[in-house]
Amino acid sequence: MMNVNRYVLSRSLHFGQRLVSRSTRRAATDAERLQQRRSIRTQSRNLAYAKDLFLGQVNKAEVFPYPEIGNEEVEEINQLVAPVEKFFSEEVDSAKIDREAKIPEETLNGLKELGLFGIMVPEEYGGLGLSNTVYARLAEITSLDGSIAVTLAAHQAIGLKGILIAGNEAQKQKYLPKLASGEHIAAFCLTEPGSGSDAASITTRATLSEDGKHYLINGSKFWISNGDMADVMTVFARTEVVVDGVKKDKISAFIVERDKLGIRGRLAFSACEVSFDNVPVPVENVIGEVGGGFKVAMNILNSGRFSMGSSSAGMIKKLIELTSEYAATRKQFNKSLGEFGMIQEKFALMSINAFVMESMAYLTAGMMDRPGLPDCSLEAAMVKVFSSEGGWICTSEALQILGGLGYTKNYPYERYVRDCRILPIFEGTNEILRMYIALTGMQYAGKVLTGKIKEMKKGNIGLALGMVGKKLRASFGSSADLGLTGKDGVVHPSLAQSAKKFEQNVDLFGSTVESLLYRYGKTLVDEQLILKRVADVLINLYAMTAVLSRSSRSISIGLRNHDHEVLLTNTFCSDAFFKNNYWMTQLQKHSPENNDANIKKIAREVLENRAYVCSHPLERTF
Amino acid sequence: MSGRVLVGVKRVIDYAVKIRVKPDNSGVVTDGVKHSMNPFCEIAVEEAVKLKEKKFIKEVVAVSCGPQQAQETIRTALAMGADRGIHVEVTGKDYDTLGPLQVSKIFAALAKKEDAQLLILGKQAIDDDCNQTGQMTAALLDWPQGTFASEVSLEGDKIKVVREIDGGLETIKINTPAVLTADLRLNTPRYATLPNIMKAKKKKIAQVKPADLGVDITSRLEVLRVDEPPQRLAGVTVETVDDLVAKLKESGTI
Repeated sequence: MMNVNRYVLSRSLHFGQRLVSRSTRRAATDAERLQQRRSIRTQSRNLAYAKDLFLGQVNKAEVFPYPEIGNEEVEEINQLVAPVEKFFSEEVDSAKIDREAKIPEETLNGLKELGLFGIMVPEEYGGLGLSNTVYARLAEITSLDGSIAVTLAAHQAIGLKGILIAGNEAQKQKYLPKLASGEHIAAFCLTEPGSGSDAASITTRATLSEDGKHYLINGSKFWISNGDMADVMTVFARTEVVVDGVKKDKISAFIVERDKLGIRGRLAFSACEVSFDNVPVPVENVIGEVGGGFKVAMNILNSGRFSMGSSSAGMIKKLIELTSEYAATRKQFNKSLGEFGMIQEKFALMSINAFVMESMAYLTAGMMDRPGLPDCSLEAAMVKVFSSEGGWICTSEALQILGGLGYTKNYPYERYVRDCRILPIFEGTNEILRMYIALTGMQYAGKVLTGKIKEMKKGNIGLALGMVGKKLRASFGSSADLGLTGKDGVVHPSLAQSAKKFEQNVDLFGSTVESLLYRYGKTLVDEQLILKRVADVLINLYAMTAVLSRSSRSISIGLRNHDHEVLLTNTFCSDAFFKNNYWMTQLQKHSPENNDANIKKIAREVLENRAYVCSHPLERTF
Repeated sequence: MSGRVLVGVKRVIDYAVKIRVKPDNSGVVTDGVKHSMNPFCEIAVEEAVKLKEKKFIKEVVAVSCGPQQAQETIRTALAMGADRGIHVEVTGKDYDTLGPLQVSKIFAALAKKEDAQLLILGKQAIDDDCNQTGQMTAALLDWPQGTFASEVSLEGDKIKVVREIDGGLETIKINTPAVLTADLRLNTPRYATLPNIMKAKKKKIAQVKPADLGVDITSRLEVLRVDEPPQRLAGVTVETVDDLVAKLKESGTI
């Protein structure tokens, strides 16, 4: 019988597990503006959409129709976008910034004056108080320069986020105004030389002073963006707490001010290393509860990821403009480059990728902006994985279109490629995020299935019959109907085929998940290659959801060029459908397509040898 | 003096866009094309806001004539520092045929109605390059004009204007009320910052129709045809200077 009852998950699942961010609405004082303040609550999570895919179900209400914003907001966004675009095209010299490895003072000041340092800080603290959707829209423009994008994101998506979502009123009043105006710059200090992906293992310590008024922080942090110029840092360190009479070492979050170091405190910066030598921090500067720092960290990271979708999309759209100009005019063999199949494929790749990324990003942002604030950390992680890898591939292909020219520093392509390489690494490596995506969903599915088993044991015949019926239907090969198409379908009829493929994938995914839980139980946590495929399928499913929802809306409202959207949607879904089926086939029991055992063996032998194992092909034995 | 300045702003196709002529040669393609404030109008707004910041004047009113979208242009002016806006509604066919003469009649009527001390416009619009509205408005109002201004300073109730003309720079002193048109080097317009855009949402834009101002906007001009400029022909390389001179003589150029 299924032994999913005792489903224990290891620390890899501890990334912000038991938390959900909740917002409280403030009554609108003018027009339709809603401010959302976030605070951390310790309740069971209100996961958004993707979790039901693990059960082979589609929670249509969450994602159809595609989130829409009011007319006024659209106008407002257009207004906000114009000066930022103008600034970036006229005042930002990306080549110079790259060459000198520094953002000039005037450019930074221009960005501060534009208000780009406090986009999501509420108006009462001096920020712009804009929604996730608007933030994502602005990220499309700031991504045109990699250094600026990272500086701004490190400052507000993670640097000051802790104070914003977990700080108390006093802390917000004290720090947010200057951070929002850019007078102070923020940084997020979690990673250490010995603790990257394994964030819970940090060793920086904060010891309470004898008078109980200060903590002294000792340790060093690594890879800290804005580390060299930050005035206000969110620092994570271990503190001793007493839980149920037992002394434990738990992580706490602190606000550390650069210029309040005191006599003995010393802060040293090198490129991105920040080391703390007896740095005093007043006890009022603890964010949230003492010992509750890890949750704060995970919440901060989870809330900023979705914007990578729109920033990558913005960058790719720009590259499409630049490269298509070249492909239309450059001629070889008496034809323009654009007439060759392999070049055409690259344009299709870039267009589809940009399309999927922005669809996913704005779907996620739209869900996050809903009242009640569903926990979209799963969806945001998926957007991040897809966009970082898509961005890397597309910038590489864009460079390829230009050939030799693309490789030179005279053109921006190699800079885009270099800048993109960090995307799959920071903000949670894609490997860790895949684990998070797969395990969070598996945990949810496990709980639901366990619940069903308990019901059946109690004698709930209806439930048992339902499950048997489902298995019979599946074995007779009837296709799934999840309500996306047909008379009351939420997807537009011209996308019916793609929707059907999606439904088939979801159905198969649900049974695949069930069978994996059954087969592996608790040991699933260690099967990374299996979890990787589960995550990849889920990412594709979410992507398909996003494009189906978006293009359905575009057709229904008659948006310009919606037939091109249909083309992109169908192409992507068809491709994703086959990839998903292939991966799910590999996940079946004793699948001949699955080479995992061999892969592990190869790795073991190589790592034992600390080198390539084979004898040289030219060697002789006689 | 009321201390009020009227600034005219026009919504035009963005300067960076590649213009295409409609297939029926009746005009250029505007559907779905990026539009923004005429660059010279931006300079005009900047000058007005600067005068207010230096406390020479008290209120800046931004005016635009056109369809609903003209309000976006007014909002940009508000974000740059104008205090309120007036949107003169002109739509459809009327908008297609709206030219400097009608616009100057509208501005003249508004200047009187709002008791303006100064009217600042851009020297010309980058779509039609007419360079007429400022001059016509001054004539209709019988006000002095300082056109192609590259420097403006208020001295009591007179204005000193340095004008860019073909021969160089000309400095004149004119009485107020007056009409000024801004040239390129008058100032560098500020960026509308996001916080100012948010503040601008609270500023008012009044709506009026030309009829309310007693202005007849029927056009006396009819556009017969719009064509693209002829394609640039390839050149010819010559070996020596003598060849060049010979060719030039041949083509009748010298």
